[in-house]
Amino acid sequence: MIDMKEIVKKYQMGSQTVYALNGVTMKISDGEFVAVVGPSGSGKSTLMNIIGCLDVADSGQYELNGKPIAKYSERQLARIRNENIGFIFQGFNLLPNINALENVELPLIYQNLNHSRRKKQALDALERVGLSDRIRHRPGELSGGQQQRVAVARAIAGKPSMILADEPTGNLDTKTGKEIIGLLRELHNQGNTIVLITHDSTIAAQAQRCVYIEDGYVKGGVRT
Amino acid sequence: MIIQSLRMAFKSILANKMRSLLTMLGVIIGIIAVTVLISIAQGTTSSVTSSIESLGTNLLTVNIRSFRNNSLTVNGLIEFAEKESESIGNVAPIVSQSVTSKAGDITYSEGTLEATVPGYEKIRNLSVEYGRFLTQPDLDNRSYVAVVGTDVADELFGTRNILGEKIRINGYEFSVVGVLAEKGTTVSGSSDNRIIIPFTLGQRLLFSTGIRTFYVSANSPDVVTTAQSVLEEYLNGIFSTSTEVSTSGEISNSAYTVFNQSDMLTTITDTTNTLTLMLGGIAGISLLVGGIGIMNIMLVSVSERTREIGIRKAIGAARGAILIQFLIEAIVVSGLGGIIGLLLSMGLIVILTQALSISLALSPAVAEFAIGFSLLIGIVFGMYPANKASKLTPIDALRYEG
Ligand SMILES: Nc1ncnc2c1ncn2[C@@H]1O[C@H](COP(=O)(O)OP(=O)(O)O)[C@@H](O)[C@H]1O
Ligand SMILES: [Mg+2]
Repeated sequence: MIDMKEIVKKYQMGSQTVYALNGVTMKISDGEFVAVVGPSGSGKSTLMNIIGCLDVADSGQYELNGKPIAKYSERQLARIRNENIGFIFQGFNLLPNINALENVELPLIYQNLNHSRRKKQALDALERVGLSDRIRHRPGELSGGQQQRVAVARAIAGKPSMILADEPTGNLDTKTGKEIIGLLRELHNQGNTIVLITHDSTIAAQAQRCVYIEDGYVKGGVRT
Repeated sequence: MIIQSLRMAFKSILANKMRSLLTMLGVIIGIIAVTVLISIAQGTTSSVTSSIESLGTNLLTVNIRSFRNNSLTVNGLIEFAEKESESIGNVAPIVSQSVTSKAGDITYSEGTLEATVPGYEKIRNLSVEYGRFLTQPDLDNRSYVAVVGTDVADELFGTRNILGEKIRINGYEFSVVGVLAEKGTTVSGSSDNRIIIPFTLGQRLLFSTGIRTFYVSANSPDVVTTAQSVLEEYLNGIFSTSTEVSTSGEISNSAYTVFNQSDMLTTITDTTNTLTLMLGGIAGISLLVGGIGIMNIMLVSVSERTREIGIRKAIGAARGAILIQFLIEAIVVSGLGGIIGLLLSMGLIVILTQALSISLALSPAVAEFAIGFSLLIGIVFGMYPANKASKLTPIDALRYEG
């Protein structure tokens, strides 16, 4: 359950203040599949980073699962990201020097799972994205689509309730992009909350609901 | 959590072999430079010191400068030594001069004639290989006998056991009654060119009267100062007219000088200490250069590592976990480098010991310092990016382009 009120995030660029988010108010319920749509530079990534506790707002309230984020310490926020949220980025953000399996195991290491459980969960996640035959490959030895699937596996390995995906198909061709969106739909069907950020309306159409953003404001929401 | 961090650190080291190796290389070079250079300095010092000690640190050399009132006699000196036997071992007057000696048609011009008394061999640590040293009857009878060094035997006869052979010096013929054991070349030059004859005979041959130079050995290095003061007291008694008492009450005497071998040792030790310090300085610079190497590699990888930290934080690593991982990584890499460096140093020292034929040893204090310093640099610069990046929000770390 995401509940945001009047969220403001600004950046100081020299003498100019850029309002990336200019008072965003929105709610996302558990189990929803929401697309956040808007043109480039409208503030979508900034919004996702705040939803995912990767960044903090300058003002406004943000409650996650009924609790205000402002009350949490750095350590507790790390734990929330670790256990409740799975991230998928446009640029994959995999560690280049370790293999697919080790990348998927990373969040599980920080969950202090024992070795065998960690390995089992990571292998399960890789199987769900169809990469069981590539677990020893390093990111550089995989195609873009495969790397993003490793990232999806990493996002779901810790069994979080919410998946945040920021332009996950941005670096992929249409066909592999569709496969990734297919994976997200599957995850949604299994009960996960999905927030998908995109500037592509045909991809947004796959979601249950769209939130339109422009210049840091929510312009409206549409149920599909 | 520590075990996880350890595992992470090892994974990260193995995953970034090149970076880990280069960092280790910095530590290795630093440690080798410091330990090897300092042990060379220390090895040289102790080899110089021990070669001086082999000349006898308990040796006092007396030179008489005054011709007047010189009532020193051989028997007087021997009586004095017997009276002061608590601190003084042997006394031996000496007259010496470079001479040309002959045997048959062969000439040897490098020899040093030393006219002295029995006991001289003890003072100078000489041992006799063949035959005997001078005896009291040789002295009493002014016998034409000689004890020679190995160079003399080699040059004149081509062999060493030359007892009974004759050598001629200044037209006088001496029979060889003893051959000294080889001493080899030391810092003070060759000492195997001696031709030792009875003091009484030498005085006559070299037209020398009285005693101008004599050696005194103290019983042990500990009593050298005592020996020196009883000796000076004795000499002040003989040369009483030259004695001056300074305003501070110290007695000085211009008639003689006493040269103390341990003074010389102190001088040399000071010199070699300076050498050690200098080599230590050079080694320190190497360590610093190694350290800068480590620093460089760590700083170059800052942006890569900052992104890595961003990713780790995004997927749930807290600041503490990241700091511990990087700390362990730095300790393992520089510690491993330290151990490798130390092993290589040991190997190098063994090789150098044989190549330079001086005994080198790795001083534990130096090894500890070198390892400590390298670890410190490795940790400080390994932690630097980690500490900086772990303070950023995950998103700032992910965006870092630095
Ligand atoms: N770190 C930053 N520093 C300065 N300006 C930023 C930063 N991040 C985002 N912005 C600005 O905030 C606005 C929104 O950016 P972003 O959320 O990335 O948009 P979107 O993801 O919709 O393309 C843009 O004008 C962008 O230039
Ligand atoms: Mg964006």
